[in-house]
Amino acid sequence: MDPHAPLTGGSRALRVGIGGPVGSGKTALVAALCRALGAQLRLAVVTNDIYTTEDADFLLRNGVLPAERIRAVETGCCPHTAIRDDISANLDAVEDLESSLGPLDLVLLESGGDNLTATFSKGLIDQQIFVVDVSGGDKVPRKGGPGVTTADLLVINKTDLAPLVGADLSVMDRDARARRGDLPTVFLSLAEDRGATPVADWIRGLVAARAAG
Amino acid sequence: MSLATLLLLADGRLPSGGHAHSAGLEAQVTAGRVRSVADLDGFLRGKLATGGLVSAAFAAAACADATRWADLDAGLDARTPSPALRRASRAQGRALLRAGRAMWPVAGVGREPHQPVALGALAAAAGLSPGQAAVAAAHGAITGPASAAVRLLGLDPYRVHALLARLAPECDRIAEVAASRSGDAVDRLPASGAPLLDIGAEYHATWEVRLFAS
Amino acid sequence: MKAKARVVAEVDGHGRTRLAVLRGESPLLLRRTGRHTAEGVTVHLVGGAAGPLRGDELRLDVEVGPGARLEVLSVAAQLALPGRPAPASRLTVTADVAAGGALRWIPEPLIAAAGCDHVVVTRVAVEAGGSLLWRDDLVCGRHGEVCGDVLADTLVRYGGTTLHRHELAVGPRAPGWDGPAVLGAGRAIGTLLTAGPDAVTPGSAGPAVALMPLAGPGMLATAVGADIREVRAALDPLCAAGHVEGGRSRPPREITVRPPRLSARRGCR
Repeated sequence: MDPHAPLTGGSRALRVGIGGPVGSGKTALVAALCRALGAQLRLAVVTNDIYTTEDADFLLRNGVLPAERIRAVETGCCPHTAIRDDISANLDAVEDLESSLGPLDLVLLESGGDNLTATFSKGLIDQQIFVVDVSGGDKVPRKGGPGVTTADLLVINKTDLAPLVGADLSVMDRDARARRGDLPTVFLSLAEDRGATPVADWIRGLVAARAAG
Repeated sequence: MSLATLLLLADGRLPSGGHAHSAGLEAQVTAGRVRSVADLDGFLRGKLATGGLVSAAFAAAACADATRWADLDAGLDARTPSPALRRASRAQGRALLRAGRAMWPVAGVGREPHQPVALGALAAAAGLSPGQAAVAAAHGAITGPASAAVRLLGLDPYRVHALLARLAPECDRIAEVAASRSGDAVDRLPASGAPLLDIGAEYHATWEVRLFAS
Repeated sequence: MKAKARVVAEVDGHGRTRLAVLRGESPLLLRRTGRHTAEGVTVHLVGGAAGPLRGDELRLDVEVGPGARLEVLSVAAQLALPGRPAPASRLTVTADVAAGGALRWIPEPLIAAAGCDHVVVTRVAVEAGGSLLWRDDLVCGRHGEVCGDVLADTLVRYGGTTLHRHELAVGPRAPGWDGPAVLGAGRAIGTLLTAGPDAVTPGSAGPAVALMPLAGPGMLATAVGADIREVRAALDPLCAAGHVEGGRSRPPREITVRPPRLSARRGCR
């Protein structure tokens, strides 16, 4: 028996990892994606909070997804171990969701807030999104790190705050391109775009490509 | 009987879900019973003599004869009154099987066996002896909570490892006792319990904010 | 000293419990107490000598027949003492409960005096449909005294399957027994196991007591306290008469020590 389901193949859900530093808006992005995609796709979420159920509770309170579609994984003070070095609890959570809910199109796995080096294992996810926000300063893309450099989609969040924190979005855009080559970067303000349109569109494209392929 | 294989199985970096479990330590830290390396010493000695001995004996028994797995699994249920600890043991057994099956052809022991049953089955699949399975189990019983203590309390990792080194002979002794009993009928296998671990695990499971799964 | 005692409860022609056998020898003396009531028969263990002392071999066998209801209490705590240099003292208690029978075992605590070396072996078998309430309290040393060595070795089977298997070792020979994994600073521990149709329905947990649904048809409550009063406060309410009554249906009592919190968590089962 295969230790975990193969990463290619038609029946299993697309797994998208969402990582990024503490406070960059990962959970708010997950909530927005649930609102945008929940009606079209068979969707479930796994959260990896530092404090057990905080993020899962946020999603429940906001009513974006019913409780049975959300699983929280405990990470023993090591949020990035759980998404990179020892992914077993996350794999078990995905497996449990798929066995209790039936076939799914998409599973979003939200990492616990960590730092710029945290990335997902390819054994766990198919594609990963890295979320940074402008209030961390416009130097974040230039600093790079595995998250910024290698994520399949870089989300620069909270653009509405840019004038307030003196962040220059064009600098961030330029540095992101320099770091990331052809990999896409999107700017987002969930205050203005509650459905996270560019991210939701990117995911729709992945799901469609997967269905076609 | 490869020593390198045994080290692989006992390595804390084996992706088998252990990092998310404190083996009951988080509850005792919060209760104020573990604050220092000296407290941790008492915790680990108690853990080794109780759950460590039981895990080692059941891992050795499962390694010696994996076809006994269902009886051994029921035996661990009977030795684990706390539902939270049964869940934690089965979650870790399932994760360990996932890791083991990527490495060796592991005998069927169910989808979510207790951790010692999974460990014994892996050890057998890896060509290890029951004695070696017992050592891996006893070693895991103390290194897991020791690592959790470093993370939860910010204890000096060198002093914690010095403590683990002092406990190593006791670990070997427990494993030897466990392995010598691995052929016993399930009811006669070691059953040493630790009441505060049961109580702590049940209490811990009700918390809204905690860092470890158990 | 070697001693044996035996009690057999069965149902008479009128459906009332009677004692077919009640036999003991010092220090294991049994006395029937209380009246013949619908609640069944009560027997007290009355100590006939100091002890147990090292070298003692004591055995008590309890049998409860179909439909019979028996309660076993004791008049005083049992004090395990060192005595002369000799092998460990040993008390073996066996109990067999038939379908429809009910046994309540609620003795006073065992006290492990300094220097004692005592083993308690408990072997209980309940047929499917039988009811059990089994209480064991242990105090580690008399007031201000260090604890002697006690090993409590317990096996409870229900309906032909092992329901609960537990060993507890306290005293100088038990590594870590007074450390934060086993008893910590606690010097008293009590356990209450109920099994069968009228088992107490567990509620939730607190920092010093847990009410735990077993994997099989039963519940174990465990309490650790600084002294026996704390243990009694936690467990006595669960032993109130009526919790275990064979052959009568009574809605299970919900006992909640601490209300469970709602949570979205539950990644594993």
